[in-house]
Amino acid sequence: MTLPSLRHGLILGAFCLGFGLVLAVIAQVTTDDIAARALEDRQNSLSQVLAGVPFDNNPATDTVLMENADHKEITVYRSRLKGEVTGVAYEIYGSGYAGEIKLMIGVDAAGQVLGVRALAHHETPGLGDKIEEKKGDWILRFTGLSLANPLPERWKVKKDGGEFDQFAGATITPRGVVNAVRGGLEFFAAHKARLTEGS
Amino acid sequence: MSNPYTRIVRDGLWENNGVFSMLLGMCPAMAMTTSATNGFGMGLATAAVMAASSLLVATFRNHISQEVRIPVFILIVATMVTLVDLAMNAWMHELYKVLGLFIPLIVSNCLPLARLEAFAAKAPVVPAFVDGLCMGLGFTIALTTIGAVREIIGSGTLFADASLLLGPSFKFMELRLLPASMGVLMMILPPGGFLVTGLMVVCKRLLDLRAGKEIQMAGAHGIA
Repeated sequence: MTLPSLRHGLILGAFCLGFGLVLAVIAQVTTDDIAARALEDRQNSLSQVLAGVPFDNNPATDTVLMENADHKEITVYRSRLKGEVTGVAYEIYGSGYAGEIKLMIGVDAAGQVLGVRALAHHETPGLGDKIEEKKGDWILRFTGLSLANPLPERWKVKKDGGEFDQFAGATITPRGVVNAVRGGLEFFAAHKARLTEGS
Repeated sequence: MSNPYTRIVRDGLWENNGVFSMLLGMCPAMAMTTSATNGFGMGLATAAVMAASSLLVATFRNHISQEVRIPVFILIVATMVTLVDLAMNAWMHELYKVLGLFIPLIVSNCLPLARLEAFAAKAPVVPAFVDGLCMGLGFTIALTTIGAVREIIGSGTLFADASLLLGPSFKFMELRLLPASMGVLMMILPPGGFLVTGLMVVCKRLLDLRAGKEIQMAGAHGIA
């Protein structure tokens, strides 16, 4: 058969097969390293938001799967000292100026914030990105707060009659973060027994 | 120009620069140049992809039939991009955290495809490799320059976070030229990208005019 289209098809197919194989090999070679890097990242952010409580386990592997108020499955990481839970950390989500803001919160066994860090966001560079720790210390302000301090009706940015400073030129971003942190504390309050049960 | 390689290098780095002359690859040229460091990193990743895919296309140029060449080129570029993406994620993780989101976008950059079609598909292996590499480095120069101008005016810094990209020993490159309060936010936002890229194209044409050369029409050497 001298069908030219058959020949072209075979050429294209051969290239697809060849480069597909190359990709499969590379993917295989890098899998372990990529998984290790992801684990390191998680341990890094966990050690930041859980700083302040003592623990002797590896929180990155002591996990429990829970459902948050928006019916989204989240992984809760727990730090323990001699089997007792000293703190828990989990992802919280705020709605920012340009989409979702993903944060990690650490809460101690009494329901006090240990630390909050932004993991991923799309906020405006120079305005909303001050929620990143390396661009400003605003995010550190949450440490030590709880649902009793300030009172729930004061868990808002100043513009809405609450306690928290907004940034010059950006209100929506801090509002989203404040709401997310309050939601995170409410999640802890609602599931406290399950989150802090012994091993 | 007696030596063909001199011609290729000059073309790639300056005379036929992908961004400033051919106006190709505009999307990364504006999206990734909020700082000089970002532009530099994106440029280098693109250069690696371009050099590798030019090499491969030139190697297989006698086996790729005319009718299916475009899908094969795209396949090759996409494979190289995925390869860079995976390798960076595994072995240059700090850099990946800065650039990772933008690496897959190299596939949609028309500059690699344009060079494959216009040069690598008709050239022997070594010149094709040199062309891909130099075009990529020219792209790096363009992105770094645009990024530097936007960063200086927009945030008052130059090469901020360069140590994240290149290692701690490059900390000395991180300069603060103006106080942060003087930053013109617009230069970091998309309009700044358009303004600076436009001004750079004008500068290049003026320099070429002064050198007594005919202004080459954009796209004359490539495809859109």
